[in-house]
Amino acid sequence: MNRLILRLLAQRMALALLSLLAVSVVVFAITAVLPGDAAQEQLGQEATPEALKALRAQMGLDVPAPQRYVRWLGGLVTGNLGVSSATQLPVAELIGSRLLNSLLLAAVTALFSVPIALTLGIGAAVWRGSWFDRAASTGAVAIVSVPEFLVATLAVLVFAVQLRWLPALSYVSDIESLGQLLRAFAMPVLTLCCVIVAQMMRMSRAAVIDQLEAPYIEMVRLKGASPLRTVLAHALPNAVGPIANAVALSLSYLLGGVIIVETIFNYPGIAKLMVDGVSQRDMPLVQTCAMLFCTAYLFLVTTADVCGILANPRLRHR
Amino acid sequence: MTDRKLFDALIGPQESQQLFGALRHGVTRREVLKMLMAGGMQVSLAGSIATLASTVNAQTPRKGGRIRVAGIASGANDTLDPAKQSNHTDYCRGYMFYNGLTSLDGSLTPQPSLAEEFTTKDAMTWVFKLRRGVTFHDGKPLTPADVVFSMMRHKDPATASKAKVLADQIESVTATGPNEATFRLSAPNADLPVILGTYHFHIVKEGTTDFNAGIGTGPYKVKEFKPGVRSIAVRNDNYWKPNRPYLDEVEFVGITDESARVNALLSGQLDLIQAVDPRSVERVKATGTHTVFETKSVSYTDLILRFDRSPGSNPDFVQAVKYLFNREEMLKSIQLGHGVVGNDQPIAATNRFYFNGLAQRRFDPEKAKWHLQKANLGSAPIPVVVSPAATGSVEMALVLQQAAQQTGLNLEVKRMPADGYWSTHWMKHPLGFGNVNARPSADLALTLFFKSDAPWNEAGWKNEKFDQLLVAARGETNPVKRSQMYADMQVMIHNEGGIGIPMFISSIDGLNSKLKGLSAIPLGGMMGATFAENVWLDA
Repeated sequence: MNRLILRLLAQRMALALLSLLAVSVVVFAITAVLPGDAAQEQLGQEATPEALKALRAQMGLDVPAPQRYVRWLGGLVTGNLGVSSATQLPVAELIGSRLLNSLLLAAVTALFSVPIALTLGIGAAVWRGSWFDRAASTGAVAIVSVPEFLVATLAVLVFAVQLRWLPALSYVSDIESLGQLLRAFAMPVLTLCCVIVAQMMRMSRAAVIDQLEAPYIEMVRLKGASPLRTVLAHALPNAVGPIANAVALSLSYLLGGVIIVETIFNYPGIAKLMVDGVSQRDMPLVQTCAMLFCTAYLFLVTTADVCGILANPRLRHR
Repeated sequence: MTDRKLFDALIGPQESQQLFGALRHGVTRREVLKMLMAGGMQVSLAGSIATLASTVNAQTPRKGGRIRVAGIASGANDTLDPAKQSNHTDYCRGYMFYNGLTSLDGSLTPQPSLAEEFTTKDAMTWVFKLRRGVTFHDGKPLTPADVVFSMMRHKDPATASKAKVLADQIESVTATGPNEATFRLSAPNADLPVILGTYHFHIVKEGTTDFNAGIGTGPYKVKEFKPGVRSIAVRNDNYWKPNRPYLDEVEFVGITDESARVNALLSGQLDLIQAVDPRSVERVKATGTHTVFETKSVSYTDLILRFDRSPGSNPDFVQAVKYLFNREEMLKSIQLGHGVVGNDQPIAATNRFYFNGLAQRRFDPEKAKWHLQKANLGSAPIPVVVSPAATGSVEMALVLQQAAQQTGLNLEVKRMPADGYWSTHWMKHPLGFGNVNARPSADLALTLFFKSDAPWNEAGWKNEKFDQLLVAARGETNPVKRSQMYADMQVMIHNEGGIGIPMFISSIDGLNSKLKGLSAIPLGGMMGATFAENVWLDA
């Protein structure tokens, strides 16, 4: 069993590294194709040829693009993320605090959304066709169909502007107690839950139903197992694979895809940093963010695979 | 009421009495202006006194309190280095922590600041007498050496100063006494004190290399400065202006999204925000607890007709397009009235050199038709490049397109993304829109955008006579002669220039009604970024 997992992990790691390399090339190429460079973006209307030349030299943009890429890659391999061309600050410093903010938001959202989604999904599968199943399934589709900017804006209008219960902006720098944390995070987390709960719920419902229809479950029922035992001990372990994958996909969205929530609540997370980086043509920053998102995605997906294998008795006991 | 005493000294106790009496009875600033000018006061001086008087009369400032303010931009490149500051957020912080030798008032006339007095005979050599007893936040007294350092660093390419082009005209700055610095320019410039009143020329401590501590002579000290996150400024108890500043603390953040800013203001999390959309104004006012403050003419959006390409090379075509702007309609429908109708020349009515004798060009499809027939360009569609980057240009182009259709002119509106617009599209198409922020002096507005060899000569308009007049006006110290020269140049651009300016756009600040003391400085919102030392919170 261990050999299998180790081999799988090794395979995945090698593939992940290859994907990362490919992503870095693609991101670099796309940013290079965008109109204007970091110097032009920073000077904007004030870009005289003289000022441009000086600033390009200062930012190290006078070096040809492939050479810049190789230099950046070399730095990355040795653990040096490089210096942001727009701000002349180390990229690690720029990303550091914002990454923590993003991880915090993702963790709090996951803490709420995953249990809710799984409970709803499994419940809906067990009582398939009941009013509960219909309400949960319809509700999930309805909520996921509403764009998140609308959910977020409505939440702000109601809870912050009208009722004044919650702050309209999430200032992480002011958080000192658990109560403040909950107040600041209430609306962003609510919005994000609306986006990801539905997907996880529907996937887990489908996975469990798939198992419940299998012949072996009939055998389990004939054997006289209680409904709870049928689902938790027999059907669920076989459904963990697809469920873990659904959860991983949803969670990977929480790192890079939350730009709208970060913008509306002015939350200083990493997605906004990357978008700023793109608009400033700040290559080292954009590259590092892309690498980060890609790594997180691969990590989550690989973890989901491993979970699926560990939970599957047939694979485990081979 | 020390400001009141200042008025007594400035305009005589009797007039001062009369002025404040009138203000208490609710006369407007315009009427005060008339009163002052009836007494023979020069327009510019009257303007600044009227503005100041209106503010002072508003109420007696109260000390104490903390406010939270949001600008529109904030990122990792936020800086407290005056030479590198590049957006409104930076400028606001600059005015919290530093002072310039001069400061600009509501008509953009330079007033004494760290320099008590500035004099020149030929506009080439300028003597600035420094105020005594001014100290930096760390206790070091202000000396001419600090002035020399603060100015000369702009000229060093390694500083990468945003104001290098402006600083290059300064040949030398020398300490000519214990409290005196003398500037020598390479060519006469009567506007030097205006330039020195802008944010890039704030005075820093000699030898400073790390600016994150924000050591200046300004009204507030740095308590916290995190680029891209926030800054917290605390009152400087040793500030050289008596009784200022009023607030204990000012927190400044950047919030890009307009609706997020407005929501945070209305929910009470912020006290002052920049750049409220005209469409949000009614919503802010409806609350009763919040209001807006409008600064007129902080920028203009203009249609550029390149002279070096067809159809802009045809003067009749240019003339026709200028007659096709339905300016009042555009102002009403696009900016909801928050602006001033433009007249195809870049000097706004808020400027002391504005020429009000120039007749307004009106919407006239008949004249346009006549010019178009003369131009005889055929019926092929003519592309007009627009972008959200140039405020309101998309809507302006659509209104223009409608009007053009009536005369048989077929304009094709081409919308470009805001991202990268300035580097890839601005000034690069035969017809396209631009947006130009107000400049502190008429000379700068004209030199940067209309001089034949200027890199941002938007339309590529070349006129030797204009160039000569521009240089002559720059060196002219007689205000009457100077005004006449600027008037002539405004007429030239209005008649011959290759740009159409349908309107000057206002900047709208949103604020908590308890926040008092704002007045307009037409360089940008929030008193041209100088709000921090002028506002107070009412109980």
